[in-house]
Amino acid sequence: MDWLNWLTMERWSPYAVGIGIGVLSWLAFLLSDKPIGCSTAFARTSGMIEKAFRGAGVDEKPYYRQFAPVIDWEWMLVLGIVVGALLSSLLSGGFGLSWVPPLWREAAGDSGVLRWGVALAGGVLMGIGARWAGGCTSGHGISGTLQLATSSWLAVVCFFAGGIATAMLIYRVWL
Amino acid sequence: MLEAIHGRKGLQLTLGFLLGIGFGFLLQRGGATRFDVIIGQLLFEDFTVVKIMLSAVLAGMVGVHALRSLGLARLHPKPGSMGSIVPGGLIFGLGFGILGYCPGTAAGAVGQGSLDALFGGILGILIGAGIFAAAYPALRKPVLERGDFGARTIPEILRLNAWVVVAVVSVAIFALLYFLERSGV
Repeated sequence: MDWLNWLTMERWSPYAVGIGIGVLSWLAFLLSDKPIGCSTAFARTSGMIEKAFRGAGVDEKPYYRQFAPVIDWEWMLVLGIVVGALLSSLLSGGFGLSWVPPLWREAAGDSGVLRWGVALAGGVLMGIGARWAGGCTSGHGISGTLQLATSSWLAVVCFFAGGIATAMLIYRVWL
Repeated sequence: MLEAIHGRKGLQLTLGFLLGIGFGFLLQRGGATRFDVIIGQLLFEDFTVVKIMLSAVLAGMVGVHALRSLGLARLHPKPGSMGSIVPGGLIFGLGFGILGYCPGTAAGAVGQGSLDALFGGILGILIGAGIFAAAYPALRKPVLERGDFGARTIPEILRLNAWVVVAVVSVAIFALLYFLERSGV
């Protein structure tokens, strides 16, 4: 297999992708002394936006004293994810602007407004839950479990229990 | 030498960005930034997400514990309590099933052009994080600190050498992946 072909193919084996992510976590621990995670960056951004409207007093909120509203390593990581996924989808030809994913269209029709409203509601719950649990599918689900952290193994069970129950209810019962 | 690298702020921001590019590229190429793949996993129709996560945990776990045994890395397990992890995790799961992306894969989905991930997912997660920050002082003592078990790892709790647990978890992951491949999903 020629490497150019490999660079433009639509999908890679999930095992190759998983091992690649595992190797990235080695580099993160080695070079940055940090586990890969995503949701803290969202908390910091939310604080930055609030600060833009309400001023420096936001820094004094108890939550932002723990997670200061500033651009840090993890924030750059999340920005990098957007760029990396853009590069990947441009190279493979998978890039395309869309409001409604195919599976959603099949189940609930092609209204972009409906999909937007539902995604927004889901996002709000996810933002609350991620900060409540202190991490997401990356920070707890991959980085925490690979460190054999007790909190993270429990978290990933709750993430999937909640997610499976919700998806089953929506797609098997409702729609 | 590593300490010096860890202490250089500009270099660290660049490293974070570069690692993020790698992470986003892999997530997108694996299919994990697609709504259909994530919901397919929650409905047990598509096992891509579980295959990616388990192989990442397997490779990451062995490598990071090796770095630690060589004195080249330290672990940073997150603290937890029943009051934070269980309700937080279940609320996250509710959002996961509704949104069909998680915070990292939503960022990746934005990169591939999914507008529902940007104006629904990312915006919603930011609002949710802001709501949590506002509720945090009221939740801290009565809920979040309940049933605290600290930042402990499973080997610490079981009083076992970490490599014993690494070996057991590795075998379990191999067995599960083998079972998934055998059942043809």
